[in-house]
Amino acid sequence: MASGKEIRNQIKSIKNTQKITRAMEMVAASKMRKAQVRMQKARPYAERIRSVVGHLHFAHPEYRHPFMFEREAKRVGFIIVSSDRGLCGGLNTNAFKASVNEMKAWHDRNVEIDVCTIGNKAAGFFRRLRANIVSQTAHLGDEVKIEDLIGSVKVMLDKYVDGELDRLFIVYNSFVNTMTQTPVVEPLLPLTGEEEEETKHHWDYIYEPDAKKVIDELLTRYIETQVYHAVVENLASEQSSRMVAMKSASDNAGNLIDDLTLRYNKARQAAITQEISEIVGGAAAV
Amino acid sequence: MALTVHVDIVSAEEEIFSGQAEMVIAPAMGGEVGVMPRHTPLLAPLKAGEVCIKNGDDTQYFFVSGGILEVQPHVVTVLSDTAIRAKDLDEAQALEAKQRAERAMQDKKSEVDYARAQAELIEAVARLRTIEKLRKKSK
Repeated sequence: MASGKEIRNQIKSIKNTQKITRAMEMVAASKMRKAQVRMQKARPYAERIRSVVGHLHFAHPEYRHPFMFEREAKRVGFIIVSSDRGLCGGLNTNAFKASVNEMKAWHDRNVEIDVCTIGNKAAGFFRRLRANIVSQTAHLGDEVKIEDLIGSVKVMLDKYVDGELDRLFIVYNSFVNTMTQTPVVEPLLPLTGEEEEETKHHWDYIYEPDAKKVIDELLTRYIETQVYHAVVENLASEQSSRMVAMKSASDNAGNLIDDLTLRYNKARQAAITQEISEIVGGAAAV
Repeated sequence: MALTVHVDIVSAEEEIFSGQAEMVIAPAMGGEVGVMPRHTPLLAPLKAGEVCIKNGDDTQYFFVSGGILEVQPHVVTVLSDTAIRAKDLDEAQALEAKQRAERAMQDKKSEVDYARAQAELIEAVARLRTIEKLRKKSK
């Protein structure tokens, strides 16, 4: 049996770890609330731009943007959103698993794959996999700015316009509630609207200065918004997942401490009993 | 009462304005445009400037650093940018993102081993599941 001193040291070190995990839990909880607020704030823009793009589908512009054509898939792109830091449960692993499954399905059909990573964890994972990473962004911090994403997204969009990519997907963790986050793989491009609905009347916007320029700008922003939304949602997922993970770590540390304290007390009592019996034995001998 | 049109000004990071207006003036690329209720559908990019919303005697100004104006007969939407956009700036950022990836990919490239990746991930997920089970048991 371990001696008293050893157990005492062990308890002390577990208590220190518990302090850290508890602090991380509280930090994650407050960050999660902020991330949720940010998610809600981003919603109106996403809704408006979606409805504008929806209108555009019903309008019949003389110009059709490459984003709207569906091509045979020879090469597909993935934008993978992950967290910058670990210690957030199975969040990243689940998202990577979903993306690797999807990628394998494409790979089996002899389709090549380009990857764009957002966040440190995805960069590390797909580099280890030796995937073809064409652009990467990391260290976004807690307040994501859309301009941090423009570069990476543009690389993928340019490739799409040049015909190098025929599909574009985004993978992220969608925030269901504090306890549940599910990894999702969503198609970004091509844009396929519900075209079955025949428009009753033909109308078109007035474009200022011309249709091509306006639609280019609008659709680029639309995709960027979708990516931004995914990043913000992933951030909220990350914080809540970390909160849950840290909470269970603190609980586990508590259980361990209880066990060890019990053992420590037993060891102490055993030592005292032994000492008494030695003294009694000694006295009897005299 | 004068005719009004519903106006929304939103940016990717928050909602800026939502309400009724008799007239909206926005800085389009080709010059300022004034929009009144029942305007023909219009789609125009905006340059940096002020969006002016007039409602009776009340006039409100909002700064936008660019964006897109959508006009429908009864709704006006201003999709405001939060970032400063310019073609070369976007280009530079794209280049930067590419370079970051290239730097990271310097070690030799080879075929992606999906089977190995899947195996690795399955193991990680299994490990997580075990931890979860252990946790439940200990409760």
